[in-house]
Amino acid sequence: MNKNIIKFNGKVKFIFWVLLIAFIVAAPALLPVFRLNLLGRYLSLAIVALGVDLIWGFTGLLSLGQGIFFTLGGYCVAMYLQLNSSSEFPNNIPEFFALYGVKDLPIFWAPFKSPLFTLFAIWLIPAVVAGILGFLVFRNRIKGVYFSILTQASLLVFFNFFNGQQKLINGTNGLKTDVTQLFGQLVGSELIQRYIFWITAFLVITAWFFSKWLIKGRFGNILIGIRDDEPRVRFTGYNPVIFKTIIFSISGALAGISGALYTVQSGIVSPQFMTVPFSIEMVIWVAVGGRGTLLGAILGAVFINYAKSLVSEALPASWMFIQGSLFILVVTTLPEGILGWLYSEGPRNLLQKFGFIRKIKTYPSLELNKSSEG
Amino acid sequence: MKNHTEYLLSLIDITVNFEGFLALNNLNLRIKKGELRAIIGPNGAGKTTFLDVITGKVKPTQGQVIFKGISLIGRKEHKIARLGVGRKFQSPRVFENLSVLENLELSVSYPKNPLNLLKKNIIMDQLEEIYHLMKVVNLTKKNDIKAGALSHGQKQWLEIAMLLGQKPDLMLVDEPVAGLTDEETDLTADLLKSLAGNNTILIIDHDMEFIRRLDSRVSVLNQGSVLCEGDMNTIQNNQKVIDVYLGRPD
Repeated sequence: MNKNIIKFNGKVKFIFWVLLIAFIVAAPALLPVFRLNLLGRYLSLAIVALGVDLIWGFTGLLSLGQGIFFTLGGYCVAMYLQLNSSSEFPNNIPEFFALYGVKDLPIFWAPFKSPLFTLFAIWLIPAVVAGILGFLVFRNRIKGVYFSILTQASLLVFFNFFNGQQKLINGTNGLKTDVTQLFGQLVGSELIQRYIFWITAFLVITAWFFSKWLIKGRFGNILIGIRDDEPRVRFTGYNPVIFKTIIFSISGALAGISGALYTVQSGIVSPQFMTVPFSIEMVIWVAVGGRGTLLGAILGAVFINYAKSLVSEALPASWMFIQGSLFILVVTTLPEGILGWLYSEGPRNLLQKFGFIRKIKTYPSLELNKSSEG
Repeated sequence: MKNHTEYLLSLIDITVNFEGFLALNNLNLRIKKGELRAIIGPNGAGKTTFLDVITGKVKPTQGQVIFKGISLIGRKEHKIARLGVGRKFQSPRVFENLSVLENLELSVSYPKNPLNLLKKNIIMDQLEEIYHLMKVVNLTKKNDIKAGALSHGQKQWLEIAMLLGQKPDLMLVDEPVAGLTDEETDLTADLLKSLAGNNTILIIDHDMEFIRRLDSRVSVLNQGSVLCEGDMNTIQNNQKVIDVYLGRPD
């Protein structure tokens, strides 16, 4: 993107990265356990936000159903952890099955005994589900508001289905992960949580670079083309269905990874991850941070959630009002989001309002003339 | 109705029925390879619908479209585009948030699949093609500027360049000079004329001076079918055409 008017030189970038990595490495020592855990959770949410930015900010597909893929990733990792620590329970299957009189492990649980399978399933299953759903929707040329409504309806279908399956996945209670074991340690323990924090930070950066790579060249340009004028893309000889399916599938994969990381840090996965407000919040993070900027999605997810927890601690019950007004404020005054505003002419226009003369970019000679006359 | 192969494009008995309204009514039209053909007609004559039928946007109620000996009916837009039908829209439609260079990259890139586009660099031949196209339409200095910041005329030209970049066998050009200055109109006419011969071009326009300058065969469309065909002088002296354009004296 040649959007970035603010350009950092190599040195500043290098120092930024050194400081960032130093902070990530030192964070477990600097922050109290509780805060570290919160930061880790919010960082994992940044990954799903990146996916939302790819499909909404770049391709123009407003999905209100990212919760589906997020939750699927969470269930994948939770099933593995439950199986990994069920040796002392009756029938060697997770404890909750006994509540419903289930004696045999349901078939689809079996592959999750393998850690390798689980590592793939976390992102591959959501990607495939998103790919199939996306393909069917895009092939029928459903777009705009209808696409949003359809994704939200799918979210509700999944929500109700997961809620009702006590015998398969413990229904509305969800699957707990904090009391399960990994490498002989409790997943909820400080040691494991510290490693998960580092893994999360690493994956956020990886996902960011991956997204940047995706949108950088002609592939990203065709996504922008689809957003701005889809028929034109068709008449240029490209099939938008393929591109939309691919990017929706990638956003599903990112959501799955995000959900898995969030689950192991919050200690439980449940159908509550598929409620309508949560998926809408994901969109708000991106809208506030800055659509189509990638970094804005990360910052939006982390800072809004951090603000949420700080405000909720100080003034419980007021957060929803603050979040609502933040969204309205951003949509009405900064439609590009905060980072989008910074990248655009925003800051310079603001300075101009306060009497600072702005430099003219296209015709520097105009300024020269003025000064020579004066 | 034999010898489809002699023509690059044949439209045979095309009818498009929009819920009782006949946008096209038994339209027949044939275009030879290398021909430059102008289509004129009053508003509502079905000019744009006619392009929609060729490019697959509208499915005709009945009739056949044969292009290079293949039927285009029922094919998707992008498939038809890949077969070699390029289209320039009435109002310039370029990707406004992409630069001139990026716009042309998308049109020139081949093959048009995701894997090819994920490669970091466009191949050298295609890049040279892009620079050549920018020179043809005089946008070389603007290669880094977003298409949305171009003037109306420059957008029209960029779209023509994008059309050329697709290397189509048939170029459908819908009102290329709408909103252009006289000078730009003349330049566009010369450009299109210079392209004819190697390319088959079908131009739709109202502007009589422009059509005259093209010096090509003209088909007049009225109420969804071809009223008459011939060179500009024949057309202008045709009583039916005069009636349609000037109103029938009672």
